[in-house]
Amino acid sequence: MASSTMLSAGLASPAALRENTKKLGAAAGRRVGEFFLNGKCSGRVKMAVAVNVSRFEDVTLAPPDPILGVSEAFKADTSDVKLNLGVGAYRTEELQPYVLNVVKKAEKLMLERGENKEYLPIEGLAAFNKVTAELLFGADNPVIQLGRVATVQSLSGTGSLRLAAAFIQRYFPEAKVLLSSPTWGNHKNIFNDARVPWSEYRYYDPRTVGLDFEGMLEDIKAAQDGSFVLLHGCAHNPTGIDPTPEQWEKIADVIEEKNHIPFFDVAYQGFASGSLDVDASSVRTFVARGLELFVAQSYSKNLGLYAERIGAINVVCSFPDDATRVKSQLKRLARPMYSNPPVHGARIVANVVGDPTLFGEWKQEMELMAGRTKNVRQRLFENLSEKDESGKDWSFILKQIGMFSYTGLNKAQSENMTNKWHVYMTKDGRISLAGLSLSKCEYLADAIIDSFYNVS
Amino acid sequence: MDEMGVRCSFPVAVRRLSTLGRHLSGHFPAMASENPNFTISPSPTAGTYGSAASVFACIAQAPEDPILGVTVAYNKDQSPVKVNLGVGAYRTEEGKPLVLNVVRKAEQLLVNDPSRVKEYLPITGLADFNKLSAKLIFGADSPAIQENRVATVQCLSGTGSLRVGGEFLARHYHERTIYIPQPTWGNHPKIFTLSGLSVKYYRYYDSETRGLNLQGLLEDLSSASPGAIVLLHACAHNPTGVDPTLEQWEHIRQLIRSKSLLPFFDSAYQGFASGSLDADARSVRMFVADGGECLTAQSYAKNMGLYGERVGALSIVCRSSDVAVRVESQLKLVIRPMYSNPPIHGASIVATILKDSEKFKEWTIELKSMADRIISMRKQLFDALRERGTPGDWSHIIKQIGMFTFTGLNSEQVAFMTKEYHIYMTSDGRISMAGLSSRTVPHLADAIHAAVTRSN
Repeated sequence: MASSTMLSAGLASPAALRENTKKLGAAAGRRVGEFFLNGKCSGRVKMAVAVNVSRFEDVTLAPPDPILGVSEAFKADTSDVKLNLGVGAYRTEELQPYVLNVVKKAEKLMLERGENKEYLPIEGLAAFNKVTAELLFGADNPVIQLGRVATVQSLSGTGSLRLAAAFIQRYFPEAKVLLSSPTWGNHKNIFNDARVPWSEYRYYDPRTVGLDFEGMLEDIKAAQDGSFVLLHGCAHNPTGIDPTPEQWEKIADVIEEKNHIPFFDVAYQGFASGSLDVDASSVRTFVARGLELFVAQSYSKNLGLYAERIGAINVVCSFPDDATRVKSQLKRLARPMYSNPPVHGARIVANVVGDPTLFGEWKQEMELMAGRTKNVRQRLFENLSEKDESGKDWSFILKQIGMFSYTGLNKAQSENMTNKWHVYMTKDGRISLAGLSLSKCEYLADAIIDSFYNVS
Repeated sequence: MDEMGVRCSFPVAVRRLSTLGRHLSGHFPAMASENPNFTISPSPTAGTYGSAASVFACIAQAPEDPILGVTVAYNKDQSPVKVNLGVGAYRTEEGKPLVLNVVRKAEQLLVNDPSRVKEYLPITGLADFNKLSAKLIFGADSPAIQENRVATVQCLSGTGSLRVGGEFLARHYHERTIYIPQPTWGNHPKIFTLSGLSVKYYRYYDSETRGLNLQGLLEDLSSASPGAIVLLHACAHNPTGVDPTLEQWEHIRQLIRSKSLLPFFDSAYQGFASGSLDADARSVRMFVADGGECLTAQSYAKNMGLYGERVGALSIVCRSSDVAVRVESQLKLVIRPMYSNPPIHGASIVATILKDSEKFKEWTIELKSMADRIISMRKQLFDALRERGTPGDWSHIIKQIGMFTFTGLNSEQVAFMTKEYHIYMTSDGRISMAGLSSRTVPHLADAIHAAVTRSN
C-alpha cells in the first residue's frame, strides 16, 4: 500500500504510535499521533492517508449484552440437553417460537389490501395510538375521553422508555428516576444514555423470595420530591413478584404524598394473569386517583411482535392542552432519533386490537400462552418439592407471576447451571419460564437443586 | 435549557401546597388559580382532583417540524388544485404513492412463508441485510469488505443510521466537531447535536451560480481542526440538488485525507439520482479505495420506496478487521439502550430482493424508471418556465440532481405561492420534483411566474 511506503520514509511507524499511546495513555497518545499528522509529515501526503493507524484503535471490545448475549452463547452450545431460559421470548411446548394466528391473519389482510408504505407521522399510526391507549386505560376511561393522554408510537418498550427518558432529561433536569432493586437490566443503560440520574428502591427480599414492601415504601418516601418512580405494571422483571392491589394503593399514597411521578413499564399486559384488564389494574388505579403519569407499553410479548418493535409511550396529563403540548415535545425528540416509527407492526396491532373478532381471538391465544406458563410453573414447583429432601419451601415459584422466575440462585450457582447443566439463564438467577416445556421441568429441577446446594 | 427557553423545574412547592389544600378542604386551593394553565376540569373519576397544578404546565408547544409540517398543512387545505412538493416521497404520474412491484412480490413471499418467525433480531440487525447493504454501497469487490474491515449495523433508515453513528463518534472519537454543508437537510444539525457533537458549517451552495461553491468548501474544510468529522451527501444533495463532479470530488477527497478529516457519508438516494446504483456510489467508493476510514449512513426509504418501514444501515470502514470487530461491539452498546434491536420487516424485504438476481434486476429497472420520471419533470418545468418567459435563468432546474430542486425562490415568494396557488413546499425554496406530474407542472410554472413577476 502506498501509505506504508510513505511511513517508512520518515513518519512514525504504527507500532511506535501504539507504543506511545500505551505509555502516555490514550488521549496523550492521540495527541502524539496528531502531532505527526500536523507536522512536516502531512505535507508529504497528498494521495494516501497519513498513517496506518486507525482512528478507532483505542476502541475496546465491549462485553456481550447480559441478556441478549445468553441466546448467542446458547446457539454456540452443541449439547443435546441444552435449554435456553435466557431472553423472555415465548416458546410453545415444543420449544418453538410462536407467531400468533391473529397476527398471521392480520398480515394476510394487510397484504390483500395492498396498503402503501408512506412515512407515518412522527407520532406514529393514529389508529394504533387510539387502540393502544384504549387497551391500556380502558376505552371508557375519562382520561381518554377528555383527551388527557398523549400517546406516541415508539420502538417497543425500550424505545418508549428512551423517548420518555429524553423528555425527562430535557424538561425535568433536576429530577431523578427511582428503579426497583433489581430491575430489568436495560433500564439503567437507558437512563444512563439519556443522562437521567437514577437511584434504587428496595424491592426484592431474598429472605422471603418475596417483596420487601416496607423497604420499598421507605425508599420511595426518602427520595427527593418530584422523583419519577419506575414501576412494573405487572409481571415484574426479573423477579415475577408483584405488589397486591392493597399494596399498590399504599404505594400510590406515598407517591402522591411526595409529589412523585409514577412511570409504569407495561411489557406484559395480558401475559401475567391471562387477562388484559386485570394486568392493567395497577395503572388504572393510579389514573383513577387523578395522578399524572407515564406508561411505556410493549406488544413484543403479548402479541408476539418482538422483532417488529412496536409499543407506545403514554403520558397522562391533568389537562388536554398539556397532553397536546407534551406530545409535540415528544415528537421533537423522536425526529432526530429515527424521524418516524415503523409502520408494519403498528398496522398489525391496529388490525387485531381494533377488530372485535380478531380481538376476541387474541384474548384466547393470550390465555393459552399465559396458561402454558402457569402450568410449567406448577410442574416445576412439583418437581422441585419432590426432589428436594431438605424440605425447602419452593412455593415462591407459584406465587411469582409472568414470564420469569427469580430462582434465588446467585451468580456462581447460575454459572453452574450453564457450565454443568447447559441451562442458559441470566447471572442474576432469572429463568424465563416461557422457554421451558413440561417435559424438561424434571431436568431443570435437578439442575436447580444441584446448583443451589452444591455450589456456593 | 432547550432552545425554546423552557426549563421545567416545576415549582414543587406549588404542588405540595395544592395537595395540602386538597387534604384540608377537599376543594381546589387558591394557589392553583395563579397557575395560568389552571382550568376547572371536573374529574369524574375521583372526588378530589389529584393535584390542581400540572407538572406539565410549563411545557411549551413545539412548532411543527418544518418539512413534515408541510404535509400537515397540505392535508388541511381543501383546494382541488393543491400540490404537495414538500416531503421527499416519490409520486407516480397520477400523483399516487408507489409501492414497487418487486417489493410487493418480496412481501408476498415473506408473509406466506410458514417458517418465518418474529423473534428479536440481533442488536446489529439482520445479518444478510447488513452484508448485502455493504456490498450495495461499497461494491461487491470492495477490498474493505473482502478484508473484513467494515462494521455494518442495521438502523432505522437514514435518520437512525446518522444518529447511531453520531452517538458512537461522540463517545469514541477524539474530535467532537462535525462540519455539515450550508445548506443541508433540516434534520442533520438536530441529529448531531443530540448525539453529543458540536455542529459547524462549511460553505457549499453558491446562490449566485446556483451551483457548488467549491472554493468556499475547500477553504472551510482546510481551516477545520485536523481529525474533525465532515458530513458529505453521497449524491443528490438535499436540498440543493447540486453535486460535485467527479473531478471536484477528487479535490475534496485529497483535502479531507491530507487534513485527516473523517468523512461521514449520507447516502439516501443511491440509484435515485442518476438511475444507476454504481454511478451514484462513486463518491463513497472513491474514498474507500484510498484505504482510509469513513462512515456511511444508507437509507432504503426512497430507492426501494420503503419509507415507513424505516430501513437503513450504518457502515464504518476501519483500518483493520480487528478494529471493525471492536467498533461493532461498541455500536451495540449505543443501540441497546435506544431501541434494543431494529425492526425486521423492511430489512427482510430488502434482503429478499438484493440476494436474488432476478429480483435485483427488476428492482434496478423500477428504480431507473422512477429516476427517469423525475428527470423528465425537470425538463418539463424548465420548458414551461421558458414558454412563459419567466424572468431569470432557470437552467439549474435541469442541472440539479435527484429528488429536489432548490428553486432560488425566497420565503416570501414561497408563502405567496402557498396562499394564492396552493403550492406546498418548504420555505427555503426547495421543491420535491417527485411530487410533480405532467398535469401539475403548468400550475406550478404559473405560480412561480406569478411569484417572480409580482410587484413588491
